[in-house]
Amino acid sequence: MKTNYDLVVIGGGSAGLAAAISAYDHGIKDILLLEAEAHLGGILLQCIHNGFGLHEFKEQLTGPEYAERFANQLIERKIEYKTDTLVLEIKEDKTVIYSNKEDGLVEVKAQAIILATGCLERTRGAINTPGDRPSGVITAGLAQKYLNIDGYLVGKRVFILGSGDIGLIMARRMTLEGAKVLGVAEIMPYSNGLNRNIVQCLHDFNIPLYLSHTVTNIIGKDKLEKVVIAKVDENFNPIKGTEKEFQVDTLLLSVGLIPLNGLLDKVNVPTHPRTRGALVSQNLETMKEGIFSCGNVLHVHDLVDFVTKEGRKAGYGAATYLKGKMHKKGRRIITRNKSGVSYVVPYYIDVENILDNLVELNFRVTKPFEKTRLIVKLDDKEIKNIFKLHMLPSEMESVLIEKEILMNSNAKEITLEIKEG
Amino acid sequence: MYDILIIGGGVIGCFIARELAKYQAKIILLEKNNDVCSETSNANSAIIHSGYDPLPNTLKARLNVLSNPLFDQVCKDLDVSFIRNGSLTIALNEEEVETLYELKERAKVNGVEVEILDKEEVLKREPNLSDKVLKALYAPTCAIINPFELTIGLMENAMDNGVELALNSKVVAIAYKDNYFTVTCENNKTYQTKTIINAAGVYADEVAALINDTSFKIKARKGSYFVLDHFDNNFVKHTLFRVPTSKGKGVVITPTTHYNYLIGPSSDFIDAKDDTSTEKEVLDAVKERANSIIEKIPYNQVIRTFSGLRAVSNTDDFIIDYSIVNKQFINVAGIQSPGLAASCGIANMVRDLVLKLHPYEMNPKFNPKRRKMIKLSRMSLEERNNLIKENPTFGRIVCRCEKVSEGEIIDCIRRNAGANSVKGVKKRVRPGFGKCQGTFCQPHVVKILARELNIKEHEVVYDNLGSYLIKYQTKLGEKSED
Ligand SMILES: Cc1cc2nc3c(=O)[nH]c(=O)nc-3n(C[C@H](O)[C@H](O)[C@H](O)COP(=O)(O)OP(=O)(O)OC[C@H]3O[C@@H](n4cnc5c(N)ncnc54)[C@H](O)[C@@H]3O)c2cc1C
Ligand SMILES: Cc1cc2nc3c(=O)[nH]c(=O)nc-3n(C[C@H](O)[C@H](O)[C@H](O)COP(=O)(O)OP(=O)(O)OC[C@H]3O[C@@H](n4cnc5c(N)ncnc54)[C@H](O)[C@@H]3O)c2cc1C
Repeated sequence: MKTNYDLVVIGGGSAGLAAAISAYDHGIKDILLLEAEAHLGGILLQCIHNGFGLHEFKEQLTGPEYAERFANQLIERKIEYKTDTLVLEIKEDKTVIYSNKEDGLVEVKAQAIILATGCLERTRGAINTPGDRPSGVITAGLAQKYLNIDGYLVGKRVFILGSGDIGLIMARRMTLEGAKVLGVAEIMPYSNGLNRNIVQCLHDFNIPLYLSHTVTNIIGKDKLEKVVIAKVDENFNPIKGTEKEFQVDTLLLSVGLIPLNGLLDKVNVPTHPRTRGALVSQNLETMKEGIFSCGNVLHVHDLVDFVTKEGRKAGYGAATYLKGKMHKKGRRIITRNKSGVSYVVPYYIDVENILDNLVELNFRVTKPFEKTRLIVKLDDKEIKNIFKLHMLPSEMESVLIEKEILMNSNAKEITLEIKEG
Repeated sequence: MYDILIIGGGVIGCFIARELAKYQAKIILLEKNNDVCSETSNANSAIIHSGYDPLPNTLKARLNVLSNPLFDQVCKDLDVSFIRNGSLTIALNEEEVETLYELKERAKVNGVEVEILDKEEVLKREPNLSDKVLKALYAPTCAIINPFELTIGLMENAMDNGVELALNSKVVAIAYKDNYFTVTCENNKTYQTKTIINAAGVYADEVAALINDTSFKIKARKGSYFVLDHFDNNFVKHTLFRVPTSKGKGVVITPTTHYNYLIGPSSDFIDAKDDTSTEKEVLDAVKERANSIIEKIPYNQVIRTFSGLRAVSNTDDFIIDYSIVNKQFINVAGIQSPGLAASCGIANMVRDLVLKLHPYEMNPKFNPKRRKMIKLSRMSLEERNNLIKENPTFGRIVCRCEKVSEGEIIDCIRRNAGANSVKGVKKRVRPGFGKCQGTFCQPHVVKILARELNIKEHEVVYDNLGSYLIKYQTKLGEKSED
């Protein structure tokens, strides 16, 4: 059995697939991709609605169709991959330990690693919803998997907590399967989902959206019987007297996603307190040389097209590293988020190793903004001042910075902030 | 006709079943839920207390102190996770320091080894503690145990030695005639038995009332917790107690045998004995008390909250005796904390009460060991690969968070007192206990259960009968029952 590879890619979702393909196209042929589930494609396999690929292919594809195109590209290139194979551990010296039925428990040595393990859904425990603990309380993504992959509907009378996209998509999907969705409660005064999903998944089906509301009690001994929601004040505390009850057999939770980067624990790679992804350069290299991270494990994305793009960047970065073309690390410009911006990826710009003429900074805003300006500064010097008509926390934003500006500046920091008015 | 019928499959009922399996008697245990270890034994602090705390001369004190040293052997025989980590009882002010010295005296009377440590030593042992700590009482014999593994292991071993188990069997009536009892369950099944042991937890008074024994009352006192993920094995090493005083209740911060951390419990009497809900205000108060001993608790690592019910009798002590109505009926009631820590001694005491009634012969074939659990996590690379070669299902890791293989799940289903639900699998081998709380592994666990139990996937329950996870099948156009 082969136990040495130039590159090991962990995760065969959109990020991992794009990363492996791009590394290959940049000249790295000795690649192994490892995927825990039985099929390549990741979370997309359960997203059977369409709307994927508008940026990539200028076409509307379903999730599985989008995934298939990339899986085929991988197979055409004869890149080695293993499914039903879970990576258990990465060691400091880039040893990757995986397990499956055929090979058993195996240690492979990699020269570079790309981590593309995606994310997990926040659960009831993570948000501390009080009440009983019956069956019938389930994350929206899991309900989606049961419905779209295994063919099971988890319930017939449904309430949804959280207006994340997966919850909204499931509101429509379960309605089409004959379930009654009684409403969606969102603790923020605005929705966390894409606007088109609010319209197409809620409004079109007359499903009420309760903004500034949360679930305050879950009732049912073995099976869910009832949920109680209430309005919340500015500090997100429930307001007494505003309770509403819903008789339901299912509560779907769509309350956020968390990067699944437990594999980094043993490698001592620092993570970002806000995104919980690794701190990376513009080449998506973590603070540990030769280990790269992309896709939802780096920061949670809402559009797969951007995940693909990020995966490619990581593949390009890893290929450059493997060919010995990365320069010694020199000056860094740290990215900073100021008022109105909740985080920026990458965490720093590795100035000696800017591979393209433009450096892309991705960011999210802290709340909805209308008719504002995005200001980018290198230390105190303003380098961009861009008018923005709309910005929403649910939609990832990006700004491009010219390589030249970065190379010719001595700045230590690059800051992004939103100016109203 | 049974010789002995035990009501209740918590740690107490199961321990008694396993103890009596050492004798030549025909024994059955009835449990109202779909699995053993489904009520209080499933929701507690999992501490084998050293025994300095209960008032001297109570059954609580005597049985706790007597039981504590017996757990090493029991856990070895039953392959149960058990760690002697020692406890530190923390004093933050002068009044609390005074209480520490009182507790030290009490420890002496109870016969428990303790030591008072000064601030410097305490902080050396537990660097994350608040530096407001003045002193602490150190009890080296305090230990942590996995209560699911213990209770289930006891039942499995009891069954290996011939004890029968009937699940989903809630006892609703008991008649006595011609020197034997007829016990009727809600499912209409009846059992005849010479002796009954009432180990029904918070419901022990209701079960006793079925033979008109109303000599005691049980009230439920709820305790709620936070569970943290295993983010750092050195966050807290000892079991930490805050001294309870006139001014405030105590609190516990403790590692579990799998290096999760428990923070709790609250303590409030409640009316409904099946109310294990959690409340925000109560948990907020737990947080506040916990923060007094460790200021920086990473609450972003909380993966779950839960509550358990203490069975508090009107004597405030354990009640372990023949019923005043009928000597063939033995009450094991009011088993609140330290019930888990005293469970060995309780089982021994009940055994003596039974043998006094009927001096059963020893069972020469009794085997105290259950077959070792297959735990990949404690095997070397080579051992694992040999196992996978023999049985490839051990190569397929189903639970990403706790790294549990398909083979381990199959094994826990096939044992005596084996898992028959998603929660049953979780209690035995942990998939669903981790950060994802089952969102990745649940569909796989459902498939494995369906295959092993030879039922349809949509018939797999989460826990009790009727707690279906996936109700309606869409693909084949065939719908399951509403
Ligand atoms: C439930 C859900 C619904 C979404 N719906 C939409 C949508 O409708 N439209 C849209 O544009 N975007 C959607 N997105 C966003 C976007 O499609 C995803 O963010 C994107 O597909 C993520 O790609 P990824 O490769 O980063 O992660 P994933 O697709 O999650 O892939 C990660 C892969 O890594 C594997 N893996 C994890 N750990 C290990 C390990 N230790 N060893 C081996 N393999 C491992 C996983 O099995 C998985 O296949 C959705 C995201 C989610 C989570
Ligand atoms: C918050 C909390 C923290 C605790 N911490 C600790 C600790 O750290 N250390 C310690 O030593 N102790 C602790 N305890 C106490 C310990 O958990 C209990 O003493 C012990 O679990 C009691 O076991 P049991 O078998 O008596 O009760 P249970 O586990 O409740 O078992 C009783 C069983 O009887 C069944 N039953 C009831 N009625 C019927 C019926 N009519 N027919 C059939 N079956 C019936 C129930 O379904 C149940 O399964 C704690 C308790 C609580 C609540």
